Amino acid sequence: MNEKIVDAPAVGLPNDRAAAIAAAWSGFQELLGTWWGRYAVRIVSVMLLILLWHLASTREFNLLLNFENVPRPYAVWTVFLELLGTDTFYRHIFASIERVAIAFGLATVSGVIVGVMMGRYRFVEDFVSPYIEIFRPIPAVAWIPLAILMFPREQSSIIFITFLGAFFPIVLNTMHGVEQTPKELVRAARALGANNISILWHVVLPAALPSIVAGMTIGMGIAWFSLLAGEIISGRYGIGYFTWTSYNLVQYPHIIVGMLTIGLLGTLSTLLVRYGTRPLLRWQQRVGARD
Amino acid sequence: MVQLAEKLVTPFAKSAAESGNVREKTKRGVSKAPGTGRVKVSEMSIVFDTGGKKHVAVENANLTVEPGEFVCLLGPSGCGKSTLMNAVAGFVKPTTGNITVDGKPVRGPGPDRGMVFQQHSLFPWKTVRKNVAFGPRMTGHSVTEANSIARTFLAMVGLSAYESYYPSALSGGMQQRVGIARALANYPDVLLMDEPFGALDAQTRSMMQENLEQLRREFHTTIIFVTHDIDEAVFLADRIVVMSASPGHLIEDIHVDIPHPRTPETLTESRFVEIKKHCLELIRSETIRAFEQQERR
Repeated sequence: MNEKIVDAPAVGLPNDRAAAIAAAWSGFQELLGTWWGRYAVRIVSVMLLILLWHLASTREFNLLLNFENVPRPYAVWTVFLELLGTDTFYRHIFASIERVAIAFGLATVSGVIVGVMMGRYRFVEDFVSPYIEIFRPIPAVAWIPLAILMFPREQSSIIFITFLGAFFPIVLNTMHGVEQTPKELVRAARALGANNISILWHVVLPAALPSIVAGMTIGMGIAWFSLLAGEIISGRYGIGYFTWTSYNLVQYPHIIVGMLTIGLLGTLSTLLVRYGTRPLLRWQQRVGARD
Repeated sequence: MVQLAEKLVTPFAKSAAESGNVREKTKRGVSKAPGTGRVKVSEMSIVFDTGGKKHVAVENANLTVEPGEFVCLLGPSGCGKSTLMNAVAGFVKPTTGNITVDGKPVRGPGPDRGMVFQQHSLFPWKTVRKNVAFGPRMTGHSVTEANSIARTFLAMVGLSAYESYYPSALSGGMQQRVGIARALANYPDVLLMDEPFGALDAQTRSMMQENLEQLRREFHTTIIFVTHDIDEAVFLADRIVVMSASPGHLIEDIHVDIPHPRTPETLTESRFVEIKKHCLELIRSETIRAFEQQERR
């Protein structure tokens, strides 16, 4: 490459520039491949969105989407800082976290028990699956009137709606996980003297665990989704209630603070499920003697 | 790296020297009750009903395996040899006839019959030690006892250093050794091995065969070993029972009168070659017959 340029100095300059650009481009791509490069891309992406939002709201963009009444990023930030100094904001957040924790806990326990029974016994699967098929497609919002009628307190009706959202993915994933237990492993356990309970505990549950965890991760997302539906209609505290009342009180920046808080809480709780279950799935990682 | 080490070191050679003090450590050591493990299969047939079509997997099989005997079930693939073994294990119910172990009829799988599978039968979520300790735990031993039994048998297969590894971190040959240790940890009267080395590469495979030949002298148990590999059968077995293809029945019972211990040199002895030739001819004509049958269908 270098020799060529020396041989032909007349065309050397543009060639040189092209090579430099190519080298810089490939260097840049390499940079994006590193772990901090990849995070840089994510940060830039978020900043780009905030910039677009800023431009659209300050210029009062109105074409298909109307940004005239959308609060500006800076206004939202100011309100956010303001809210961080108040007790009620935290009260809203903790009310929601409490509901999700209770509902998700109940959904995990009952979902795993029902899912295991369905996966193990054909009769249970045949008996329970009609309920799942009928109730699963019903959105959380549609449950609200009935939940209010059925439960004595607002708190329990909201928890019920949240529970339903988390329950279905957990129960279905558990069932599929249990059904996919390798036959060889069940046979091996039986030949080693294990009874049905031991097989359930030592073989079926661990085999289904990756699938159960996947169901829990999805369930956690839907739990927040459903919780918000419940809180919008009823309740005195909760981040969904906060968001909806802000709309009624014409506090537009508050709406966006509420939305972003919901997003953040959903992401954090999903991460909590993923990392909290990681010690149980340590065996899946390939570390050790091979390679 | 470890795979290489595995090929260089014969694990059982070391354990033969160790087994003396291993026996002192645990009450039973690695010896099992002598004179048990007689397997009797009488006039047994197994018929599978696959969507209305009847498929005869095993037809009128009669077989007696003496205590401590090593019997290979040899035959082309699909001849029903694994089905016959699964019936002895208790996973498959005979359609007619019966199976007894030491006079007791087989009613289902049980810890008196240890089972070694072809591959992927270790519990991936249990460490090597917990895999081996599983049988003792299930048969009523305390955690401490089960762990001590597990360590004894891991030493016997030369894998003491790997007791806290998960199976996915081990090579195929090491996994099968853990599988053998796990089956033996229940002190079974009968060890059933269903093509245990079938998925291994040629070098590891012959290594494992030599290991098993040595292991037998430490642990005197009846072994029924399913294979379609003639060399493997002649090298390991006291008796080779040749099975024919569909419908599977036993066609010949060959006594392998080559003295133990057998070594790699055995493979070139004239008696070995003679028996191998005989088996080859049998299997070849059976395979041809099976092919012709399939074409006619």
